[in-house]
Amino acid sequence: MTATLAPPPRRKAGPAKRLRSFARRWWHQLTSMRTALLLLLALALAAIPGSTFPQRAISSVDVADYYTAHPDLAPWLDRLWAFDVYTSPWFSAIYLLLMISLVGCIIPRLGVHWRALRAPVPDAPRRMSILPYHRVVEGDLNQSRARAVFKQRRWRTAVREAEDGTVTIAAEKGHLRETGNLLFHTSIIFMLVGIAVGSLGTWYGNRILSEGKSYCNNLQQYDEYGLGSWVEETDLPRFCLTLNAFDAEFTDGGPTAYDADVSYETPSGDGDYDLEVNHPLNLEGTNVFLIGHGYTAVVTYTDRYGQTQTLHQEFLAMDAALNSEGAFKFPDVNVDPATGVVDPDAEVGFDAILVPTFDDATEMLLGSEPEPNNPVLALTAYTGDLGLGDGLPESVYAVNPDQIASGGLEQVNDQVEVIGVGDSMTLPDGSSLTFDGVEQYAVLQVRHDPGGPIVLIGALLLLGGLLPALAVRRRRYWIRWNPDGTVETAGLNRNDYDGLDEECDELTALIAGNEPPRTDNDTHDDGDRA
Amino acid sequence: MTGAQAANALFVATILAYAAAMFAYAVEYAFDKRAPKRAKALVAAGGGAEDAVESAASGGGAEDAVESAASEAPISPAAARGAGRLGLVLTYLGTAALAVSIVTRVVYTGRWPWGNMFEYTVGVALAGMVTWLILVANRTVPRRLGLFAAFAVTMVLGTSVRVYTEAGPLVPALDSYWIIIHVTAAIMASGILLIGCVFAILHLVKRRFDRQVSDGAAIRFPLNVAERLPDATVLERLTFKIHVFAFPLLTFGIFAGSVWAHFAWGRYWAWDPKEVWAFIAWVVYAAYLHARVSGKGAKANAPWIAILGYAVMLFNLTAVNLVFSGLHSYSGV
Ligand code: HEM
Repeated sequence: MTATLAPPPRRKAGPAKRLRSFARRWWHQLTSMRTALLLLLALALAAIPGSTFPQRAISSVDVADYYTAHPDLAPWLDRLWAFDVYTSPWFSAIYLLLMISLVGCIIPRLGVHWRALRAPVPDAPRRMSILPYHRVVEGDLNQSRARAVFKQRRWRTAVREAEDGTVTIAAEKGHLRETGNLLFHTSIIFMLVGIAVGSLGTWYGNRILSEGKSYCNNLQQYDEYGLGSWVEETDLPRFCLTLNAFDAEFTDGGPTAYDADVSYETPSGDGDYDLEVNHPLNLEGTNVFLIGHGYTAVVTYTDRYGQTQTLHQEFLAMDAALNSEGAFKFPDVNVDPATGVVDPDAEVGFDAILVPTFDDATEMLLGSEPEPNNPVLALTAYTGDLGLGDGLPESVYAVNPDQIASGGLEQVNDQVEVIGVGDSMTLPDGSSLTFDGVEQYAVLQVRHDPGGPIVLIGALLLLGGLLPALAVRRRRYWIRWNPDGTVETAGLNRNDYDGLDEECDELTALIAGNEPPRTDNDTHDDGDRA
Repeated sequence: MTGAQAANALFVATILAYAAAMFAYAVEYAFDKRAPKRAKALVAAGGGAEDAVESAASGGGAEDAVESAASEAPISPAAARGAGRLGLVLTYLGTAALAVSIVTRVVYTGRWPWGNMFEYTVGVALAGMVTWLILVANRTVPRRLGLFAAFAVTMVLGTSVRVYTEAGPLVPALDSYWIIIHVTAAIMASGILLIGCVFAILHLVKRRFDRQVSDGAAIRFPLNVAERLPDATVLERLTFKIHVFAFPLLTFGIFAGSVWAHFAWGRYWAWDPKEVWAFIAWVVYAAYLHARVSGKGAKANAPWIAILGYAVMLFNLTAVNLVFSGLHSYSGV
């Protein structure tokens, strides 16, 4: 407050002090339960948009689709981080405030709890009858027996003898609740540290691998990858993987098992592994997961000079029946072997749909079963300039649409041509494309997350703390031997708890010996202590 | 009859049994007139002592408007209690039929029964009703409130019919023992929280009824139904206890889910819509637990937070499965 209200002249409330009191007030506000409550609800609210808008971290393709579908809205949403909710400043602000509030809550409670654990159990008030449980025991209770019972039941006790001969044993139980509570809240921070370490030290790569193909673990060989800020490209462990065979089992049109037979080579040894969903392969501290599969079409193109090229092309599934899209691109064909002259406009490309089970009986192109029982390719051919050399990234699953639009590529057939395995599509220039067959590919994800074990330990600690934090009740019980020979007992709940009367009665009975305790009901004890 | 047909027949039997039980409970609820004043005694008294309590109660008791109407009731309190006992028996039978229906599916499909949304929802209904029966069996709640539990559970079962899927094999990602750990925990938590939500609603209704009474306002249908509910404070504590019991289960279920996600999808958490909404539900329930110890105003709002929590759970079960596209794809639905 102001100087006039705080008279001591040597401690005038300068700006520094005002700042301090301001900061203290806000600190108190921030670390209050009520603020924690509001921040929790705010966090819940803030998480929602992440499920309604596509997220870059999950699928940048979906975000791009959203841009196409809502060209006006999307840039605005992007400015509000709607596509990066969980790394957005507003989401981060909420959880950082919550974490600060949490730390501000834990630290003072740690001190209080530490002192409470070492302090003697407080004495009962002089008038014990003001406590919620109170009985006057008729007959005698044995002091040493009382101590033995408390010890056996693991109550903390303190014995006090007053000058007038009054003896009180104070007993307390249930500090584990606060211990658990502090452990629980601390482990939230611990988990967050693990998540942070994970996001800085992680790297991953996705790789589509056809049967019979190999690749080695470096970034160039991944279709898609990500590196945490702490990771250098050269930190990646060295290993190579080969997909020997892939087997998908289907029952009633639904997949029931995927099985990838892989071999690996690492500096510390080679081996084989049966890679399945739910059974990752651990190589050099890195996990290899099987996260998808699809079909690879094998085709041979015979150009107008009779030269052939065979292509194994992965296709991208469009639906659950694995109808898939893809493209075959032949940039260096139709070179006259006699002259060696390259005709830049003689490149050939095909947009294709691969249907695993084509049903001749229907008009429909797309099949409804994922098994490759009657695979066909539906082809659209283009000749001209594929536009591959211009350095821009382009999809391997489609012939460059810009080249088609600009007339650089000319569409050859107006009607889609459907061919089965062993069949060919012949182009006007005499060249042809033959469908040799279908192979499978596996989508592998290789991921290293150094934060994972930290988060796991944090989660176990969290659960380990949560159970006592919720189940244990802190309560106190006193016995007092008055100089006039009467004995009183009393009990007090420190937490919301139903069974206090019963527990205290039982303790009294135990201390009194095996016979049921002769107690006098006090006025306080029945009825609902809510 | 095939295994699937038997399972479905038992499922229908359950719904019929619960519907009949609801009717029986409603009779007890409406016509066992000593109920409101003696909620506590009812909870404390054993089944055998009931008749004695009743004869004492029918003589005395507060004679308010509702009470005097009771004397003209077409059904005597003793008959009403008989109906309540019948309701409980029907509830046991229906629950047993539901359990057998699930076991039949297990035998028929040869796999763990939480493979699609229908099976999940049926599991939630079973967990909810078992929770309820345990509470009744250890006399934590009076039997006649089974009306509300049976109603809630029947609603859940009715919803499950809308997403009915033929019992079939599992997609590869679900073929793991983690399905037992993760989904069972989630189902148990959802079932218990369903009952917690019922108590939260009953508490709010009773609180409102009490306020109207103390304001001297006329109490009309449907609020007058609250007359026979236990004390608002009793309901509030029941709400709390059930949530305290379910929260660690929910937490464990989410953790087990992320361990499974690590094995099946290569990462333990990636803000898949299901994960987002599980996170939201968890945070809301944590907020509920805090609200109860954050002062009077917050405590008064706590039941609303609990209901919000269940709304999030339901949203996660229904909308997130059916509307959002994510990795939590079940076969059929
Ligand atoms: C990420 C944020 C937080 C989460 C998820 C969380 C979660 C929980 C949970 C689940 C409980 C129940 C355990 C119990 O009832 O004993 C609890 C209790 C408690 N929390 Fe938090 N909490 C958070 C932040 C905070 C903050 C910032 C404070 C300090 C203001 C706080 C103070 C407390 C206290 C004092 C209890 C004990 C309540 C009691 O005795 O019943 N929490 N918390």
